[in-house]
Amino acid sequence: MSTPNESIQLTLNGEPYAMTAGLTAADLVEQLGLGGRRIAVEINEQIVPKSQLAATPLAAGDQIEVVHAIGGG
Amino acid sequence: MTQLTDTPFTIAGRDFSSRLLVGTGKYKDFTETGAAIAQSGAEIVTFAVRRTNLGQDADAPNLLDVISPKQYTLLPNTAGCYNAKDAVRTCRLARELLDGHNLVKLEVLGDDHTLYPNVVETLKAAETLLADGFDVMVYTSDDPIVARELEAMGCCAIMPLGSLIGSGHGIQNPHNVRLIVEQSSVPVLVDAGIGTASDAAMAMELGCDGVLLNSAIAHARDPLRMANAMKLAVEAGRDAFLAGRMPRRQNADPSSPFAGRING
Repeated sequence: MSTPNESIQLTLNGEPYAMTAGLTAADLVEQLGLGGRRIAVEINEQIVPKSQLAATPLAAGDQIEVVHAIGGG
Repeated sequence: MTQLTDTPFTIAGRDFSSRLLVGTGKYKDFTETGAAIAQSGAEIVTFAVRRTNLGQDADAPNLLDVISPKQYTLLPNTAGCYNAKDAVRTCRLARELLDGHNLVKLEVLGDDHTLYPNVVETLKAAETLLADGFDVMVYTSDDPIVARELEAMGCCAIMPLGSLIGSGHGIQNPHNVRLIVEQSSVPVLVDAGIGTASDAAMAMELGCDGVLLNSAIAHARDPLRMANAMKLAVEAGRDAFLAGRMPRRQNADPSSPFAGRING
């Protein structure tokens, strides 16, 4: 069991990112202010469907991508 | 006046009435993006997938608020991918972004100087995506042999470049585009290089099923006006193709009869 204040290091969109241990991908999305937004999440090169975000715990070293739609041709 | 008819423009089993597909890049703001796209009459609209800007105002408007998936058929693209793996990851992210929507524009680029398609990586990516259930509209070179391979693999549209992406140089090799059109059973669209309305009309006169463009509208002095011009050019070019142009002649051929001239 991790202590409440223990934090883990992730890589988020290519940058180092510290997060409280024991949280899920859904918690991360909320923490980023992106809850309810049209985004997609990939962890360690695997898509995490929206329906699975809350059931996906984050682990130290996870490589996370959070993407959205932008203008392009 | 007679109502002229056309066969439907069908992509991956869906019928569309507009043969103009447009991108969403390079506009001044989302208001201009939305207005230009509405003016163009396009029904299929392409966009890019990028990392969210962390720390940015999460309430900032989103492209998909302007280009609604309810109103348009969205076509996520893999622009910026230089290998098959990145392109496949991007398509899977896009499918998640759009709740399972399978239609994608695959483009795998060779280098950032030319943005020329890397056909080796494109073929690899297409194979993986098709096996994974995607409907793949593929940006490629104007090489008819590569186009034939991509069609045989199962791509739902072949999209040769007219000239380099964003160059506005028009269709540099109309003969190759025609060869691709003549051999293909799936829709062929010129995707890249269109600079102005006559380029779009030319693509359609060559028999292309559609045209995909972005910069020609977004970088025009008046994007709304150019969006309208492109809409009309694609329609005019299509009608000219269906009508069948008159034969070219070496010499003049008067339109008025010789008989009955007052000096006869």
